[in-house]
Amino acid sequence: MQKRVIFRSKSLPYLLVLPQIVITLVFFFWPSYQALESSFFIEDAFGFSREWVGLRNYAELFADPGYLRSFRTTLIFGLSVAALALGMSLGLAVAANRVLRAAQVYRTLLIWPYAVAPALAGVIWYFLMNPSMGIVAYWLEGLGVEWNHYVNGDQALLLVVVAAAWKQVSYNFLFFLAGLQSIPKSLIEAAAIDRAGPIRRFWTITLPLLSPTTFFLLVVNLVYAFFDTFALIHATTEGGPADATSVLVFRVYNTGFIGQDYGSSAAQSVILMALVMGMTFIQFRYVERKVNY
Amino acid sequence: MVENRPILNFVTHAVLILGVLFLCFPVWMALVASTHGPDALSKSPIPLWFGGQGWDNYTQLLSAGLPAAGGVPIGMMMLNSLIMALVITFGKIAISIISAYAIVYFRFPFRMAFFWMIFLTLMLPVEVRILPTFDVVTKLGMLNTYAGLTIPLIASATATFLFRQFFLTIPDELVEAARIDRAGPVRFFIDILLPMSRTNIAALFIILFIYGWNQYLWPLLVTTDEALYTVVMGIQRMVNSGESLPVWHFVMGTAVLGMIPPVVVVVAMQKLFVKGLVESEK
Repeated sequence: MQKRVIFRSKSLPYLLVLPQIVITLVFFFWPSYQALESSFFIEDAFGFSREWVGLRNYAELFADPGYLRSFRTTLIFGLSVAALALGMSLGLAVAANRVLRAAQVYRTLLIWPYAVAPALAGVIWYFLMNPSMGIVAYWLEGLGVEWNHYVNGDQALLLVVVAAAWKQVSYNFLFFLAGLQSIPKSLIEAAAIDRAGPIRRFWTITLPLLSPTTFFLLVVNLVYAFFDTFALIHATTEGGPADATSVLVFRVYNTGFIGQDYGSSAAQSVILMALVMGMTFIQFRYVERKVNY
Repeated sequence: MVENRPILNFVTHAVLILGVLFLCFPVWMALVASTHGPDALSKSPIPLWFGGQGWDNYTQLLSAGLPAAGGVPIGMMMLNSLIMALVITFGKIAISIISAYAIVYFRFPFRMAFFWMIFLTLMLPVEVRILPTFDVVTKLGMLNTYAGLTIPLIASATATFLFRQFFLTIPDELVEAARIDRAGPVRFFIDILLPMSRTNIAALFIILFIYGWNQYLWPLLVTTDEALYTVVMGIQRMVNSGESLPVWHFVMGTAVLGMIPPVVVVVAMQKLFVKGLVESEK
């Protein structure tokens, strides 16, 4: 945790942590405290007066079918993005780990989408799937699928799932590849000598040994899908049609900035903070265990 | 490879090629679309190969912008993005490295309290506390300024952890040697610790640059002045520009311009990027 040999100074350490702490206090703790505080009040539209209402904002949220549906949408969205992105990247990582020729070229071609902003990824997929001239929509029509995400809520959700997963594949790929490379070769060879085929070896050796990586990635992917995809949804479907892609973070923004309902938006913020805290906690519990492995 | 199986080799390459196609195709289409005029993109199926309008489209985007999106030249938006990304990156690195230094190399009251305060910021992403943070920035009069655009994003738990982790691996003998040579803490930091952290700083630089460049929600809230728009956030004005249909050749051109800098950084400094990514997540 700390060095045996240290420097002695009364004021210097405080000076060194000062900038970070000031920014943290002003832009993290103060707003979070405000969110917590105003979640217990109802404010009039002009901010002139407010009234203490206790837990009413929360009670109203959980009685609101729209909010509950949003929870469901977020869960479906998060799990689909994680499943799609993890599945694809695992397949690619296993293949990339096997390949000898052109390995570097493949890797380069597979990792660059990490750098693409979620908003831009969303806009590009929005363009590809556009019902009137998008090329993918055109192909789908050839297959007999009527694609129109402006009207069909499920298709709109599928669109944002694909775009979000597309961007996340590179990240997962790198971590899976690192995980695969740390599996001792001797284990695989021993299994091969015992005449276990490649598929059997994958299920009985590779996958179990990858489980810490997979679990870590699952949490990271869920956090990404729950919070970082705001840009993707805001730049494309804007939560529509008919709330079909309105995930929780999008709703906080909508209630606060468009609906001007501060109390409810604050209550939603607090709920989301609790969610992030839970997920971060899980992530760090896992990291602790990995260290002691 | 354990054994040689030709069929498996074939499957391996097929999987990889399919993956590459899936990842590259959307951007290929964006590139192609940005070189056509509006007519080619108005009816299905749209062309899969480049058109002849590329030069015209990009010069108009970079210098004049789109009337529907406020007429801000994309060149200017990119400059704003660059300023924002660089200030955030250098700011994060600077304040994180000194706070990690204080936490590792000094013993002082409230040291652990500060550490946990920094740690807690991990749990409070902008997205979940949008409205109150916006309030704070308004109260401080930082709307529509570069300061408002960057300073609230500069605190970084991840960077602080990374440096702390790295400092803990540096042998104590170095500090002892420095002290015998009568070097004070500032001298030690500048002459020994900083040069030793070079690779870590570079790796972190890549990750943070991408983070800064790709910011969306924060610029959306803080800037109403079009002169401060960033490219990643400005594109939204073109897609959802009210009643008129989006001009896809310009939208795709903007998307391409908006992804070039971070993609170039990742591809050009691949090794450092992978190191930064893997280590900053621990």
